[in-house]
Amino acid sequence: MEKVNIIETQGATKIYASSELTVKAVENVSIGVKAGEFVGLVGPSGSGKTTMLAMLATLLAPTDGRLLIDGQDLGAMSDRQRTQFRREKIGFTFQANNLVPYLTALENVELMLRLNGNNGKTGRQRAEALLTRLGLGDRLDNLPSQLSGGQQQRVAIARSLIHSPSVVLADEPTANLDTERANQVVGIFADLIHEENRAGIMVTHDLRMSRYVDKVIQMVDGKIARVVTERSEIDLLAGTNEFDRLGPPSNGGTKRGAIVRSPRLQSPVPAFAGGD
Amino acid sequence: MAVYLGFKEVWRNKGRFLLFSLVIALIAILVLFTAGLGEGLASANKEYLEKLDAQLLVFQEGTGYSTVESRIDYKDTRRIRRVAGVADAGPIGFSNAKIVFENNLEPLNVSFIGVEPGKPGAPSSVVGEDLRSNRAKVVLVDQRVAEAARVTVGDFITIKVTQGTEEELYDLRVTGITDGQQYFFRPSIFVSLPVWDMYRPKADSSVSSSQPAVNVVAIRADSPSSLENLPAAISAGVSDVEATDIKTAYESAPGYAEQQSTLNTIKAFTFLIGALVIGGFFQIQTLQKIPQIGMLKAIGTPNPVVATASILQIVFVTVFGVVLGGAVTVGLSMGLPSGVPIIFTGTSILVAAVSLLLIGPIGGMVSIRLALKVEPLSALGM
Repeated sequence: MEKVNIIETQGATKIYASSELTVKAVENVSIGVKAGEFVGLVGPSGSGKTTMLAMLATLLAPTDGRLLIDGQDLGAMSDRQRTQFRREKIGFTFQANNLVPYLTALENVELMLRLNGNNGKTGRQRAEALLTRLGLGDRLDNLPSQLSGGQQQRVAIARSLIHSPSVVLADEPTANLDTERANQVVGIFADLIHEENRAGIMVTHDLRMSRYVDKVIQMVDGKIARVVTERSEIDLLAGTNEFDRLGPPSNGGTKRGAIVRSPRLQSPVPAFAGGD
Repeated sequence: MAVYLGFKEVWRNKGRFLLFSLVIALIAILVLFTAGLGEGLASANKEYLEKLDAQLLVFQEGTGYSTVESRIDYKDTRRIRRVAGVADAGPIGFSNAKIVFENNLEPLNVSFIGVEPGKPGAPSSVVGEDLRSNRAKVVLVDQRVAEAARVTVGDFITIKVTQGTEEELYDLRVTGITDGQQYFFRPSIFVSLPVWDMYRPKADSSVSSSQPAVNVVAIRADSPSSLENLPAAISAGVSDVEATDIKTAYESAPGYAEQQSTLNTIKAFTFLIGALVIGGFFQIQTLQKIPQIGMLKAIGTPNPVVATASILQIVFVTVFGVVLGGAVTVGLSMGLPSGVPIIFTGTSILVAAVSLLLIGPIGGMVSIRLALKVEPLSALGM
């Protein structure tokens, strides 16, 4: 059976207008992302990819067009509904300032559950299991300041997935990481999105990260320049050969839909296999 | 959720929040001491008058309710008693004296007050007997005098006064000890009017009367309803006198209003400083936390949760600071010498404590508004 789109945009447009200047940040963008699909939104600075992500995250209202997640029209929501929607349906990883500095790694992940009214033991166990799976089992009680940049991003990834959201969004999650850590983080991210059947979008300017996604949407000047779905083309875009020298992927395979497993990713936790 | 976030932040940043609570504690100490001083100074001024078993005081007309300037003929007391609505009236004479001790101890300055036994103005004893006789050379001393002079019922005190150009010493037997009865910054001793007139400082020691001119007459009304018209009735019935309520009387004491307004100004400025310091602290903290608040909102934390977490922190830090400051104030006050006019009872202390608790939320309002206005998108630099 054909999977339906979890994320769907129809002619999404965002125009910033002032008395002197009108900028079309995003123009007539229509995309669809299915459950279990990880999409890379790439493009140079100013191409509109972050604006697109902000609109999908309900943080920015479109000037025109429709954005739907799980069939719900984001434009038709009130502020309060948008906040609730973000809390329940969206997992978010940012470029920086991801974690609450006074909460431990475990508490940061639990935060999403608490926000959704789940303060139980089961939630804590799930958070512990997820962090352990992300290689942070011995860092549960560490504060963000006691974690490296890569570890912090892994905690953020755990937080973005713990509440079983429909959609996982990541804004330049590797911007502050070195290549090795960037591979690790995005690899883990891709694995979890695939395993948990979430619809994921990662905004990145680093084309090398494309190798972990199933589809690359390249934006230029607010418009979709091209959509790459063929694995070979994606790998070409990612510069696989050059990447191999920097740090080869574990499976070396480049088939479409193949999951590139991170070396740090530990065996899946059964409790997570089916989500909530 | 707000409680969880608010207290986790305080707990994980104990040092910072404790430091800030200490600042609030210092402000609390300053405010409470100022309020205590205000209360103490006011009490030193008015304690005797405030505790009078009377509702009105009659002064000589045109003296601006000044006990020092006012002179009332003793016979007027009888006329005043006859005014309708007056249940009883007691003449009171104010003067000063020194209690002297053997062994070259420092003399004790006291208010030397003449009253008519059994009439308004004559205080009750908490130990021993009240004044009963107009002639007996006995004295009631207030408990501060008893403590300072180390006397008890049955002991004698010696007072030193200047009459004419001579210093005279008089012995008085203590028959009772009253509660605190300060007047004009001095503890008081009470004698009957004839004894008072005989022993008080004056130009000629040979002149004294059993019915001397007094300074004021204390009035007890026969019913609360008659109080309102009583001053007018007294002025109409007795010439050259005017009556007023006790509060107006002690507020008219020289320097009283100025002193209290000075202390109130200090208090007001300290509150203002407190509100600004708290406001500044939380404002800076919120500014530092903007990306974090933006992130919290971006992941779906509702605005009320963000605001409540901030309010809880402000309230917690303020309450902790005020309680700490209060405890330190009480501790410090125990070590104060008995002569320091600081009292930690009364409404002004309560008002000060409540006001201190309010300055936190008031000062922190700006930061809460700031936190509410944080836009996740710009806060995260997206």
